[in-house]
Amino acid sequence: MDHFDYFAQQLINGLVLGSIYGLIAIGYTMVYGIVGMINFAHGDIFMIGGFIALITFLILISIGLTAVPVILLIVLLVSMAITALYGWTVERIAYRPLRHSFRLAPMLSAIGMSFVLTNYSQVAQGARVKPIPPLITGGHTLHESADGFVIQLSNIQIVVVITTVVLLAIFTWLVSRTRLGRDMRACEQDQTMAALLGVDVDRTISMTFVIGAALAAVAGLMYLLYYGLVDFFMGFVAGIKAFTAAVLGGIGSLPGAMLGGLAIGLIETFWSAYFSVEYKDVAAFSILIVVLIFMPTGLLGRPEVEKV
Amino acid sequence: MTTLPPEAAAASRTAGISFILKKAFLSALVALVLFSLMVGIRTEAGPDGQLTYWTRFGELASLVGLVFGGSIVIELLRQWIGPVGTEKLVPAPVQQGLSFLGRYLAPVLLIFTILVPVIFYDQRYILDLAILVLTYVMLGWGLNVVVGLAGLLDLGYVAFYAVGAYSYALLATNFGWSFWICLPLAGILAAFWGVLLGFPVLRLRGDYLAIVTLAFGEIIRLVIINWQSLTGGPNGVSGIPRPTLFGIPLDNSDDGLAALLHIEYSPTHRIVFLFYLILALALLTNWVTIRLRRLPIGRAWEALREDEVACRALGINTTTTKLTAFATGAMFGGFAGAFFATRQGFISPESFTFQESALVLAIVVLGGMGSQLGVALAALAMIGGFELFRGFENYRMLVFGMAMVLIMIWRPRGLIGHRAPTVYLKKAQAISSDLVKEGHG
Repeated sequence: MDHFDYFAQQLINGLVLGSIYGLIAIGYTMVYGIVGMINFAHGDIFMIGGFIALITFLILISIGLTAVPVILLIVLLVSMAITALYGWTVERIAYRPLRHSFRLAPMLSAIGMSFVLTNYSQVAQGARVKPIPPLITGGHTLHESADGFVIQLSNIQIVVVITTVVLLAIFTWLVSRTRLGRDMRACEQDQTMAALLGVDVDRTISMTFVIGAALAAVAGLMYLLYYGLVDFFMGFVAGIKAFTAAVLGGIGSLPGAMLGGLAIGLIETFWSAYFSVEYKDVAAFSILIVVLIFMPTGLLGRPEVEKV
Repeated sequence: MTTLPPEAAAASRTAGISFILKKAFLSALVALVLFSLMVGIRTEAGPDGQLTYWTRFGELASLVGLVFGGSIVIELLRQWIGPVGTEKLVPAPVQQGLSFLGRYLAPVLLIFTILVPVIFYDQRYILDLAILVLTYVMLGWGLNVVVGLAGLLDLGYVAFYAVGAYSYALLATNFGWSFWICLPLAGILAAFWGVLLGFPVLRLRGDYLAIVTLAFGEIIRLVIINWQSLTGGPNGVSGIPRPTLFGIPLDNSDDGLAALLHIEYSPTHRIVFLFYLILALALLTNWVTIRLRRLPIGRAWEALREDEVACRALGINTTTTKLTAFATGAMFGGFAGAFFATRQGFISPESFTFQESALVLAIVVLGGMGSQLGVALAALAMIGGFELFRGFENYRMLVFGMAMVLIMIWRPRGLIGHRAPTVYLKKAQAISSDLVKEGHG
């Protein structure tokens, strides 16, 4: 086995995992940028997205649909739409009444919301892991070394990466070119001033949660396709990792979130490949701590201005 | 109160009804979409791994109906009572009477607590519950030092609880040391970890601090799970010795307490002893906190919470201030952990999840940060309320989460929203917590 081949294979795996984390991390970073809060329920929104994708799959397959692209498209749209509504509801219930309250209150109500969502899906769908048969199979052999080790690029990996890139492109356009994006950036700067200048702050914040949740739903779908299963507890671990990614990249920064996601994905994969699988999460969190010691605002974060 | 002419009032009421109906209809519609797949369709993996599903439209319909009805009720309540604000509900004289009573609440509560084993001697369940509540009171008071006084947002407090519990468990099972030697050691070890955590987070603020402490809590838990040779991994540590009354075991043996006092042995003795042990530990935490608040270090903590920049400008060493806050809070967490280990006789990583950290943090915030009485009341409300739902195991956390959201909306400042100042000129005046900043670390 060639060392380089092994490395390249892990690189591919890490990038795919990193794209999933990145998609979730964007939701954290957006909400943080605009309301200055960690949305603790976001990991569970991702989990709900995975569940809705799973259920939609089952229904579509059982009514006899076989065309994979059609199934994927419908599942994508349905899970994005319903999960976005979950994001909207979380904002309405746990954030809006506490918008002008002191900082810890919305954070705790979001933690409460996270407990609600986790246990809601446990009660509604049961505690057991839900597997689905692989929908996208096959792959490409990129390189085969003399002793038979092959670098595989599976079709599902291609789908995950392409979906991530396309969504990021749409999303970047949304934030930088549209009216909504401008409103979002204005609210990020100064909500009171934005409101004075005619920006509907409530609506903009709602939309931020909706978009973040929709991206988390896509991540949930990709996770389902990639690992072939969902369970009610996956939101917590993925949520912390994605939040770690957002902080690592510099919370509030959108390219930072993607970069942080990729970094966490790569760290986790390489650590599992070269050291020990058991300690991969420890490695990810330790590196977060180390990075923050030397760069207290993350990789691409703006230094915080201390106002007196 | 403004009075409307009858016809105008009637008009506004009918407008109100259509408004309420419209709102309820919209809520029901949202609920329908939200629950459509998650509740309406139930999936289950069959014996050969094949997923099957069946529909539950009845449950879906009743949930949506519930949301429709609930939203009408909430809207009606809102119109009748006016904007949510508890102060308006209570007239001023009653409020004065309440604050008069409030002054005696703490001593009365303390006396009642001391008498609990006497009153409920035969009710094992209540004693166990009281011990559990007191454990959380102690944890809440310990975390209060970090979050309430120093304003450092700590989401990984359970890590110190775990360090304390495992320190005691491992020292006692491996070396056979007694509880009274291990208790201070557990506290010291936890404080040491607190300082260790303190160092990297010295430069961090707010949410960065939150995530690093959360990550730290997870690291400790993962290490405990994976370091099988030392901690027993997911199987935990069992056979942890019970505490002794300074060397006298509380069991049925010949040199046990019952035999020495020539009274009939009863397992309740041990429970009562544990009760007074945790009560003493909790009161120690409370006493130390109150004393520390008056000392320069306590004032430095509170100054740090209010404004870090001003703090530094005044020459307060923020490094030692933060580290001592972490270390003090962690030490009490370690004590509580050692107590937990000796009470349970068995510990496993499952007891030290993020959920516990969130629960303790919720107790501190719900109590009104920095308020010792508030924390005790909040622990009683949360843990006691949590126990009410023991029969509905699956729905317990669901209801708990909802309660957390609703309580935060109802009282974002906590139960006791004001506090007494540590130093004052002439007359002590309660400070409303609206004037206090928190969690900027």
